[in-house]
Amino acid sequence: MTATSKPRTLFDKIWQNHLVDVQDDGTCLIYIDRHLVHEVTSPQAFEGLRTSGRQVRRPEYTLAVADHNVPTSDRSKGIADEESRIQVETLESNVKAFGVPYFGMTDARQGIVHIIGPEQGFTLPGMTIVCGDSHTATHGAFGSLAFGIGTSEVEHVLATQTLVQAPAKNMRVTVKGDLPFGVTSKDLVLAIIGKIGTAGGTGYVIEYAGEAIRKLSMEARMTICNMSIEAGARAGLIAPDEITYGYIKGKPMAPKGAAWEQAVAFWKTLPSDAGAVYDKEVELDAGDLVPTVTWGTSPEDVAPVTGTVPSPDSAPNPGKREAIERSLAYMDLTPGMKISDVKVDTVFIGSCTNGRIEDIRAVAEVAKGRKVAANIRAMVVPGSGLVKQQAEDEGLDVILKEAGFDWREPGCSMCLAMNADKLAPGERCASTSNRNFEGRQGRGGRTHLMSPAMAAAAAITGRIADVRELMR
Amino acid sequence: MDKFTTLTGIAAPLPMVNIDTDMIIPKQYLKTIKRTGLGQFLFDEMRRDSTGKENPDFVLNKEPYTKAEILVAGDNFGCGSSREHAPWALKDFGIRAVIAPSFADIFYNNCFKNGLLPIKLPEEIVEQLMEDAKLGANARITIDLEKQEITRPSGETIAFEVDSFRKHCLINGLDDIGLTLQKDTKIAGYEEKLKLSQPWLAA
Ligand code: SF4
Repeated sequence: MTATSKPRTLFDKIWQNHLVDVQDDGTCLIYIDRHLVHEVTSPQAFEGLRTSGRQVRRPEYTLAVADHNVPTSDRSKGIADEESRIQVETLESNVKAFGVPYFGMTDARQGIVHIIGPEQGFTLPGMTIVCGDSHTATHGAFGSLAFGIGTSEVEHVLATQTLVQAPAKNMRVTVKGDLPFGVTSKDLVLAIIGKIGTAGGTGYVIEYAGEAIRKLSMEARMTICNMSIEAGARAGLIAPDEITYGYIKGKPMAPKGAAWEQAVAFWKTLPSDAGAVYDKEVELDAGDLVPTVTWGTSPEDVAPVTGTVPSPDSAPNPGKREAIERSLAYMDLTPGMKISDVKVDTVFIGSCTNGRIEDIRAVAEVAKGRKVAANIRAMVVPGSGLVKQQAEDEGLDVILKEAGFDWREPGCSMCLAMNADKLAPGERCASTSNRNFEGRQGRGGRTHLMSPAMAAAAAITGRIADVRELMR
Repeated sequence: MDKFTTLTGIAAPLPMVNIDTDMIIPKQYLKTIKRTGLGQFLFDEMRRDSTGKENPDFVLNKEPYTKAEILVAGDNFGCGSSREHAPWALKDFGIRAVIAPSFADIFYNNCFKNGLLPIKLPEEIVEQLMEDAKLGANARITIDLEKQEITRPSGETIAFEVDSFRKHCLINGLDDIGLTLQKDTKIAGYEEKLKLSQPWLAA
């Protein structure tokens, strides 16, 4: 640890705590406390270890799960798609060979990698956490430095429990005020991305602060940190507080007894010091927000539900103009059209952004006593087996099924459509996931990102609808 | 890892902003358990229609760009997922360097692990190189990593920045796991300290 009297940010503190070595040229070697592994980005890394005769240095700091390829329908028959099956089987044989803890497809704890980490208490404040997956940023909600890495780096962490990294710059996004009625943390993060742009956070770690953030639950905080990568930032951070400790306490892998007291005392030293300097500051007033959706093919293409589809004429430069034209053509939308007139075919509720219990409760609240509109395919995919279990214990599955939603098994599902759940060409989807890229949910598929409550409203009305009107 | 020293080749122009990793290599090709063979699927959904027929208008389907070794692209190249399949696919196609005004962080990092050089340059300069690239086979571009210099077809040179450690690894084709393992005593020392300062982590 470097002793310094200069006020430090949360990021500075975690970074300095993890320095193993600093070379003369400034290149840093940082220690990695926890490593999550999934089937898509790990096979080549394990293969690399094998070829070079290397071991996993700290299997006990590693946790593996299959999530991207798993079917969300009946699992007793295994995975029908051969390539998907081989990828999951490869993970299974790798975790066995290298002694890595693993939640298999039929384990009740199986789920999306970024949902199970927090659920198990694997994710704790002050840690460094990596995964071969860009949405690792999710774990930053706990005040841990969590970021996505490529497969070569996965191999590096498996072999050495460290990473070669350059420090990031600090950005603070301060959100004042209170989120108004019907506005959620998903709307907030979409608004933030709309404001700073998809490359606005490149090179930074974003710390989210301000009273609106402090009032959010852990689930809501995870939604925000999750989408930091959509603003270009590798990691998002929220300082730990009583809400954080309340969530962690009692989780299976969380510290217990005297270790718990000791850990909390340490975690309390983590929040940014008063007077810490950020390289960039952004401010927003939560009170100004309304439910927000995306209209285009980049997460920065946001519009309030009360707004209209923009015109290429509004572009600040020729590059952006071309991008808007391309998006409009792909999305089959015309400038000036009211957002609330956009009809949808499919509704997808789930993903590491919004597949947690609160999200499912929000959907059930809107769906209760109502029916999914005719010809709409609406699916709810819980983020993990434990989320599914809890939702069923609360009777949410019954409400959803009665309303006409399809209640499925946990996994990534239509967030990226690597399993059987995908959009057909031209199909339009209201989705609670994180990316609206061309083809993301299936070739030719059209994605509108929004909150779980908004997605539920879309299912009920068959179009993008202002959920506040259904909630009054 | 393959070394990168100098390269003279055809540059393909791809003047789009926010080229994401889903475009570079769509998810259906992430089911592989190998690093090789992805070049044929590079930019698949732009290169082929849904029946698999080649789109004759897409730059990498046109001569001489089928043999391009350099890609010149718009802002925020490689945004989106962490999939290293993106640089694997570029490399397997034959691309050794990508020039753009900016790159997404994870993609940028991933390139260096695969002998692929990403070069960040101001927008005006990328635009000039984009114009060069449009000239095709008569307009080869040379990249000299040692000198950190690009030579345009006109003979004009452009300097670029690159992190010195990454440059060193790329020029010598060094595997950074091997380098890190040489620091094993330091890692073990750190772990010992950690057991005392944050014992709950070593559960
Ligand atoms: S839910 Fe979507 S974004 Fe999250 S890990 Fe799975 S595929 Fe990636």
